[in-house]
Amino acid sequence: MKEEVRLMKGNEALAHAMIRYGADGYFGYPITPQSEVLETLEAEMPWESTGMVVVQAESELASINMVYGGAACGKAVVTSSSSPGISLMQEGISYLAASELPALIVNVMRGGPGLGTIHPSQADYFQAVKGGGHGDYRLITLAPSSVQEMCDFVGLAWDLSFKYRTVAMILADGIVGQMMEKVVLPPQRPRRTDEEIRKQCPWALTGAKGRKPNVISSLELDTAQMERNNERFQRTYREIEKNEVRVEMLDVDDCDYLLVAFGSMARICQKVMENAREEGLKLGLIRPITLWPFPYEQIKNAAKKAKGILVVELDAGQMIEDVKLAVECKVDVEHYGRLGGIVPNPDEVLDALKEKVINKKK
Amino acid sequence: MEINDIIKPENCVYKKPTLLNDTNMHYCPGCSHGVVHKLIAEILEEKGWGDKAIGVSPVGCAVFAYKYVDIDWVEAAHGRAPALATAIKRLQPDKLVFTYQGDGDLAAIGTGETIHAANRGENIAIIFINNAIYGMTGGQMAPTTLLGMKTATTPYGRRVDLNGYPLAISELVAHLDGSCYVTRQSVHTPAAVRKAKAAIIHAFENSMAGKGTSLVEIVSTCNAGWKMTPAQANDWMVEHMFKKYPIGDLKNE
Amino acid sequence: MKEEIIIAGFGGQGVLSMGKILAYSGLMEDKEITWMPSYGPEQRGGTANVTVIISDDKISSPILNAYDTVIVLNQQSLDRFESKVKPGGILIYDSYGIHHAPTRTDIKVYRVDGMEATFTMKNAKTYNMIMLGAYLKVKPIVSIDSVMNGLKHTLPERLHHLLPMNEDAIRKGMALIKD
Repeated sequence: MKEEVRLMKGNEALAHAMIRYGADGYFGYPITPQSEVLETLEAEMPWESTGMVVVQAESELASINMVYGGAACGKAVVTSSSSPGISLMQEGISYLAASELPALIVNVMRGGPGLGTIHPSQADYFQAVKGGGHGDYRLITLAPSSVQEMCDFVGLAWDLSFKYRTVAMILADGIVGQMMEKVVLPPQRPRRTDEEIRKQCPWALTGAKGRKPNVISSLELDTAQMERNNERFQRTYREIEKNEVRVEMLDVDDCDYLLVAFGSMARICQKVMENAREEGLKLGLIRPITLWPFPYEQIKNAAKKAKGILVVELDAGQMIEDVKLAVECKVDVEHYGRLGGIVPNPDEVLDALKEKVINKKK
Repeated sequence: MEINDIIKPENCVYKKPTLLNDTNMHYCPGCSHGVVHKLIAEILEEKGWGDKAIGVSPVGCAVFAYKYVDIDWVEAAHGRAPALATAIKRLQPDKLVFTYQGDGDLAAIGTGETIHAANRGENIAIIFINNAIYGMTGGQMAPTTLLGMKTATTPYGRRVDLNGYPLAISELVAHLDGSCYVTRQSVHTPAAVRKAKAAIIHAFENSMAGKGTSLVEIVSTCNAGWKMTPAQANDWMVEHMFKKYPIGDLKNE
Repeated sequence: MKEEIIIAGFGGQGVLSMGKILAYSGLMEDKEITWMPSYGPEQRGGTANVTVIISDDKISSPILNAYDTVIVLNQQSLDRFESKVKPGGILIYDSYGIHHAPTRTDIKVYRVDGMEATFTMKNAKTYNMIMLGAYLKVKPIVSIDSVMNGLKHTLPERLHHLLPMNEDAIRKGMALIKD
């Protein structure tokens, strides 16, 4: 398949990207607002073209453990779901992290808690970046804000995931999943051959032929060894924090106030900037692309020139904690968020900025 | 004649399979797990499947199965072994993929994965050790615990009104269109061991041939959990367990 | 060029697919496109709506305060979106079932009797194409060729024999706009 320009939903772009970035297997269970991923894969029948396996599992519990099995084989495997389903997967994600396996998990967030609503939300930020499952682990967390990024981040997430043997998550929301935009689909990246997998992943379960048996296990009853394992995980995480921070900065060098937002909220904030400029108000925007590792340094430096910061999220105030850590109390940081599936329009955000940050200063 | 005059290759009539390594097993004396581990190692070696096999170990007493049999293993979360095995076999169809699970793992927390993997007809073999008790956590009630049987969580015996009925999950799996072979065996006598071995071979052959899901239930003893001697446990199993869980093929297609 | 449009009506009136065809038409002309279906805050009162943004430049927010063009197909949508037309913008509405006509004077209002036209054309299924035609007459942001090309992309091949009928409906809609 060659590079191709298409108009499609974010969820559909995810599915096409999985095929084109050479996925070996997708395992998933339907849930709104991301069911188009599995639907698109089943319609595309990649098992006929690339040999990619697609399984509709009986639950998210089964999906994530199928991912665990596939990842243990060194295969490029992925599952996608939305918030309640991702909650159900947390045990499996913790096992994947503890077994140092590469895998991709996509969360197209909806409003919660509980069964909540099918409408968009960003309230799984803590779950994704602080660890929703048990134990000290981290997920490389990428937050797409366009359909193009829904596509591109599939490739990026896998590359990072295999480079560090760490689980990567694409943390999107119902807006990015449901909206259609123009997207450039990449040319087909061939699936790795068995030989390439054995070379890239000498730890993988490929049958103990001509080598010692490989065992993938998260269990270690020897506490001293378990501490050493944890220290090894942490070294990897420090390495990722050093190398893999990604952030988009718009007009931050010449602004009075800063907005910080990720995913779809960053798109809305761009409109806020356009509208504010017409009023003569100069705003900058920081959009963390990697939510973990978080761009603490970039925010700290940009904040030095700002009179105040508004963190805009579809939640009750989660990323704001990391923004506050970044600015070390040197700048006033306020939060504006809508909850439970409501999305603010650009005017509401601008009003909030005036009320909570600008006028508070006077 | 000295002992070293006897220990010579030409005099060897029986030996431990080389795939079964020298690690000291953590199983209690009299436990059925050791026998079944040995059978698996022996079969893989005899059939030359050692470098094709990928095992999935459970949470439960057999959690460390990977320490004893020298093949590729992954240790699953509690109950999820058939989900892992599904992906492993789909992604590597040329491999012999099997799970090794106890009654709590397979028939309580993992019932969903067991039923659905078998219903999809995944080309995997499931080795199911049914000793009617949670061994590793200290002898609590399992889904397969018999009525009246005393355990740590049924100290006065399992009661229908409190605990429901013992679950014959092999009968359930046999009903599913995706299963091709469901059998119930035991390893308490040499004859039974030979039959169990034949059953596991058949299940492994089915996985390699892509015939569907095979389930080999081994009705087993847990003399430590049952608070009996190994010999008493064997007798008790024959007398009580075989009534609820009769030995023989439930399905062979 | 940047056009920010919202189309709103009852579910089943072809609101989402009208937006989709418009979006595909924009794609045919190499524009930047965002198509955002009623989802989240928009989905109230049993109506369906879709925001379509067609632009030469990169598009920022898929969620908007105000629109260059509002196309409404029922009273609820008119009540909700009349105030969201930018001053000097365009409001297109179908008079069928409308009890309170729009009152704003700082925008251009076009009444299109599309539903009535479907009765004479005896084809209710091309209703949304009539309304699309009316819009394109008022604001020819994409060519009819691009629309037909876009339609080819959204219709499965087995339905391609319906293309001429849809083109007729677009032209009918254009004719409903009096200069």
